[in-house]
Amino acid sequence: MRRSLYVSLIAPGLLLLAAFLFYPLIVVLAPTFGSGGPFLGRYIAFFGDPYYLRVFARTVRIGLVATMVCVILGLPTAYYISRRSGRTKSILMAVSIFPLLTNSVVRAFAWIIILGREGVVNSLLLALKWIDRPLTLLYTEFSILVGTVYLFLPLMLVTLVGSMDNIEEDVTEAAASLGASRFVAFMKVVFPLSLPGILVGGVLVFTGAITAYTTPTLLGGNRNMLLATLIYQRAMSLSDWTGAGVIALVMILMTLAVVKGMQDFAKRLDRR
Amino acid sequence: MAAKRQLGLTAFSAAVFLFLAAPLAIIAVTSFGEASTIRFPIQGFTFKWFGAVFASRSFMSSLGLSLMLAVYATLLALAIGIPASYALGKTAFRHNTALRSLFLSPIFVPGIVVGYALFKFLVIELRMPVLAGLLMGHFLVILPYVIRVVGASLEQFDFSIEEVACSLGCNRAQAFVKVVLPNIGSGIVAAFMLAFLNSFNNIPVSMFLSGPGVSTFPRTLISYIEYSYDPSVSAISVLLMAVTVALMYVVEKTLGIGSLAK
Repeated sequence: MRRSLYVSLIAPGLLLLAAFLFYPLIVVLAPTFGSGGPFLGRYIAFFGDPYYLRVFARTVRIGLVATMVCVILGLPTAYYISRRSGRTKSILMAVSIFPLLTNSVVRAFAWIIILGREGVVNSLLLALKWIDRPLTLLYTEFSILVGTVYLFLPLMLVTLVGSMDNIEEDVTEAAASLGASRFVAFMKVVFPLSLPGILVGGVLVFTGAITAYTTPTLLGGNRNMLLATLIYQRAMSLSDWTGAGVIALVMILMTLAVVKGMQDFAKRLDRR
Repeated sequence: MAAKRQLGLTAFSAAVFLFLAAPLAIIAVTSFGEASTIRFPIQGFTFKWFGAVFASRSFMSSLGLSLMLAVYATLLALAIGIPASYALGKTAFRHNTALRSLFLSPIFVPGIVVGYALFKFLVIELRMPVLAGLLMGHFLVILPYVIRVVGASLEQFDFSIEEVACSLGCNRAQAFVKVVLPNIGSGIVAAFMLAFLNSFNNIPVSMFLSGPGVSTFPRTLISYIEYSYDPSVSAISVLLMAVTVALMYVVEKTLGIGSLAK
């Protein structure tokens, strides 16, 4: 391919990325450094503020717990799907992919119906006389966590099935014929072989969970802010654009750090 | 014997699938309730909430905006993404890997941050219309899907076929349109579907980018939910899910459902 053709195919995309992603980011992030005070002063203040620190910690906590729950629920289920074939497998895959293509407002709204004061869970428990007052389930960290797991479990499933499809049936059969129980064969053979899939899925879930906006806004309420809802509130309700910029860079750096960490870890796995 | 040993695994998977399906099923049921707030189980049976959705001007106009936005953003992403993937897939320059990650870089910027940066810079500082910001924001978010999916199908393509077409008298453009495009057609369709759905469903980018008369469909839905709790939201959910099912059916019949799992 001639160099001029190559450049003319690539350049328009690069120009748009530069004009509408990189340059705007630089312009809005620049004021967060300096602007009078000491270098990084804004960032030191962010991590020194107990309220911001609580939001930051809550975001990381929900990201970590949601990722773990998705792995625990996803591993056996993905294994089950990957060992089916034909029609059964297509149907199970379709059921896993369907939520991914359904709007996240719809998926969060379902949990408002289920966890609300007069929701499904409370009406059921009241009718069974297990409780005599409705439980506060909605607008808590718990409801954000449930909504986040519900949002990202399909992504974990699809990723894990993709990596488990490459594991030959023979290896588990070999383990079984050597005396391993199904559970031991799963833990000692399937689990290590699906580690790359768990890593990729884990990073997708974690980075998605710490940046999701819909779930915390609909299921968390004002008292349970995450970074994504905080940045919107700082900018739109309080016109604190520099503060929002600080949060923006913190979110970008967290995402990059997690992805980089995963890549380094995957390289180490490869070498083993 | 084998089936018996797998009982635990089957039961566990069934519970997970129930967890995935039940909430959406509950929404669907509540859309038919007669009461003015959502109840489960429902009392009575009515289609009136579906009528209410179609009669609502704010829902219908934001739906129109979101559909149009998704079409334009997707077409722009394809127009930029297909040539770029072609150039990156065909050549073996040393810096191709770096360029490819540059095209994928919007993945690393959270949607809410993309919306924030575009709103602050384009709309507030440059005084550009909100719609321009929305279009560019959605384009940025869906470009990586196009680069990945089209790139993956170009990897399967044997570029020597294109050379044959050229030696048989096609010029570069003809060879591309007549030989390359048809061969990566399924990849382009899958990329279109993914990009369209992701733009239509996107919320974080659109949160900042709104203004008088400009609010995307999911954003309008969020503001509605903040103030009301009636079954029209359930009815909208059912309609959206019905469209998703129809799209998935079409994809399954043409490309196979696995093509959306990338």
